[in-house]
Amino acid sequence: MSTKASRTAARLMISPAIILLLGWMIVPLTMTLYFSFLRYNLLQPGSTPFVGWENYYWFFTDPSFSAAMFNTLILVGGVLTFTTIGGICFALLLDRQMFGTGIIRILVIAPFFVMPTVSGLVWKNMFMNPVNGIFAAIANGLGLEPIDFFGSIPLASIIFIVSWMWLPFATLILLTALQSLDQEQMEAAEMDGARWIDQFWHLILPHLARAVTVVILIQTIFLLSIFAEILVTTNGGPGTATTNLTYLVYVSSLLQFDVGLGSAGGVVAIILANIVAIFLMRMIGKNLDA
Amino acid sequence: MARAISNQKKIMNTAVAGTLGFLMFFPILWILILSFKTEEDAIRAPLEVLFGSGWSINGYLEVNARSDYFKFFMNSVIISVGSTILGLVIAVPAAWSMAFVPAKRTKDVLMWMLSTKMLPPVGVLIPIYLICIQFDILDSRAMLVFVLMMINLPIIIWMLYTYFKEIPVEILEAARMDGASLREEIIYVLTPMAIPGIASTILLNIILAWNEAFWTLNLTAAKAAPLTAFIASYSSPEGLFYAKLSAASIMAIAPILIMGWFSQKQLVRGLTFGAVK
Repeated sequence: MSTKASRTAARLMISPAIILLLGWMIVPLTMTLYFSFLRYNLLQPGSTPFVGWENYYWFFTDPSFSAAMFNTLILVGGVLTFTTIGGICFALLLDRQMFGTGIIRILVIAPFFVMPTVSGLVWKNMFMNPVNGIFAAIANGLGLEPIDFFGSIPLASIIFIVSWMWLPFATLILLTALQSLDQEQMEAAEMDGARWIDQFWHLILPHLARAVTVVILIQTIFLLSIFAEILVTTNGGPGTATTNLTYLVYVSSLLQFDVGLGSAGGVVAIILANIVAIFLMRMIGKNLDA
Repeated sequence: MARAISNQKKIMNTAVAGTLGFLMFFPILWILILSFKTEEDAIRAPLEVLFGSGWSINGYLEVNARSDYFKFFMNSVIISVGSTILGLVIAVPAAWSMAFVPAKRTKDVLMWMLSTKMLPPVGVLIPIYLICIQFDILDSRAMLVFVLMMINLPIIIWMLYTYFKEIPVEILEAARMDGASLREEIIYVLTPMAIPGIASTILLNIILAWNEAFWTLNLTAAKAAPLTAFIASYSSPEGLFYAKLSAASIMAIAPILIMGWFSQKQLVRGLTFGAVK
């Protein structure tokens, strides 16, 4: 259908987007990579000598690095476990016939639209505060000792808050996938006397497999960059108990002004995200062909 | 889905799902209640808050009086709406050309655009930050509009592309046969059909930009700070006032909550890049 003129026009129309994205990708990436090989601290102006792998050496041998890697993995893994399993349960429940479907769905989805700084602070102060929080009130009511959430189980508390924000996302996507399930197949299985658990295991779960993978991959991309929730609740502490890779890079570059070290951390974060991205891109690419 | 089930079962389902929905929504409901209490009442035990205290709009009044809430709100509006409009200006032509005049490499281009979204923000934080210092544009709204536009551009292009793809090419061909120029084709034929798609793209993008908290926290100070940063300023222990924090939070999330409810379906499409339908 395309004429030569329209093809030329099309090229022109797409070029601003390509140029901008190319610039956005290449310029900062090259700079990060370049800085990561320099001794470059904003507090010590003057020369910025080339130091090879020194920054990487310091970054990897810094005890807060292994803590940050560990915290990143636990945070991502914890939230993924909660949201995927919870999301499947929620989706199965919401897919059933009930009264007021619309309203109930809206209530479940709402947390996704709450900005990260609000959810961090609200959970921290109104719920998890060991004196004034609702959880403390419930514990007192049951005659138990209130838990000092951010003092004794800080990382678990953050996992909880982030899971609350992302559970709606998983639910929404899995619910969408569930609604394309072939009902006749389900009815046939039911008539053949399949128990619910068999239907779930052999029909529903395989059907959801693809959506579950997408949920895991997309969430991982976002969860690797968790920042605001940590900033407003624990500032990465106590110690480095809730410092993830993103937060560590923020601390070393914007708080300690060590551009070289921060950049080395940035490169590590990019590599980590890329490993996930490769799998995600493959799945999306396959769908594009179909 | 279409099978009829007994009312009894339906009531059971409603009760279970309703309880879950209530629990998920409860934190929002709770700050809505606290926001209408006085500071003294807001820190009382939960049951006393519910049954033993009056109502007050002081929280809202004080947030506005003490901290120039309106300025932060306007910054949020300018940044999220601005980045969305700027993004559309660049994305509509790009998505149009990929959807209707596909070339051999269109798929690769689309995938590459998506891959830029996978770049972790922390990997480019330092260069962007230093560039901002160099050109003295740290804490400027224009800079944030640009940065958030770049962050969300891949999603905007991708969403528009999937919507444009659904428009039958035959209609465009018919218009062309009737002698419509490229410009007329876009304005009179394509745009009316694409409006629903463009509208949902706008909605989703405003939501994402409004809640974006990595760049808005790191690139702003006093002048250009949006609501995400304003709320973060309540994280210091001396700033801990439950009623005011609740009122500020409700005002910050209410507009987006309402928009979000309208865009549930588009959310799936926009955030899974068409991988789940």
